[in-house]
Amino acid sequence: MSSTFEQIANIIAETCDIPRDTITPESHAIDDLGIDSLDFLDIAFAIDKAFGIKMPLEKWTQEVNDGKATTEQYFVLKNLADRIDELVAAKNTGA
Amino acid sequence: MQLEYFQLIDRIIDLNIVEKTITVEAQVPQTNTIFEGHFPGFPIMPGVLLTEAMAQSSGWLLLGVMKFERMPFLAMIKQAKMRGFVSPGQLLTIEAKIEHEGSGFAVTSAKARVGKDLVCSADLTFRHIPFPDPALRVHMDAMAEKIGFPQQAVPHD
Repeated sequence: MSSTFEQIANIIAETCDIPRDTITPESHAIDDLGIDSLDFLDIAFAIDKAFGIKMPLEKWTQEVNDGKATTEQYFVLKNLADRIDELVAAKNTGA
Repeated sequence: MQLEYFQLIDRIIDLNIVEKTITVEAQVPQTNTIFEGHFPGFPIMPGVLLTEAMAQSSGWLLLGVMKFERMPFLAMIKQAKMRGFVSPGQLLTIEAKIEHEGSGFAVTSAKARVGKDLVCSADLTFRHIPFPDPALRVHMDAMAEKIGFPQQAVPHD
């Protein structure tokens, strides 16, 4: 279990008042946890702060709307954790 | 302050794009029908309007930082605290600061004072999108000029 997932799960549990034990790496933030776009702003704020990144939500949303990506790629939590790890790595290498 | 038009900010005193801060003034009118109901014998500015004034202050700051390319819309209010009464005729000085710039959203903190007294504060979240209608951009340009938005910070097409 990645520590990134644990941090995300804790943020979601606290921000959205969702029992922590119901949040798994396979959880889909929207379909399974019922997080709406406004709550996701709160989550994005907390994740940006916690990891020192800027999650490209608009780019991701555009890719989903254009059919270039699925919501699962960004909103299933294990995948979201991977995306965050990539953003952190890119930041650390100055990319 | 033109309450009927929901224009709560009268003038920009300071705008610092680098520090991402703004200071504005808002003159509460001496008379308004709002005060007849809120409250008889004890007229005070409703907390929702004080919150809106803090939101509009933050909005002007965000417009400046985003070079008038996108329009901010209030999405979330947290920690809104009405700390003191604001009476007709009082002058509000409102300060706002950008706390975080996310993708498609921003978070600000704002405080309003009457003189030295802190009367309200809040943490505010905005979604921002490209101007949805050219008429809105025209309106915001006109408002910017009216309230003394630094014209060098307003890009013109």
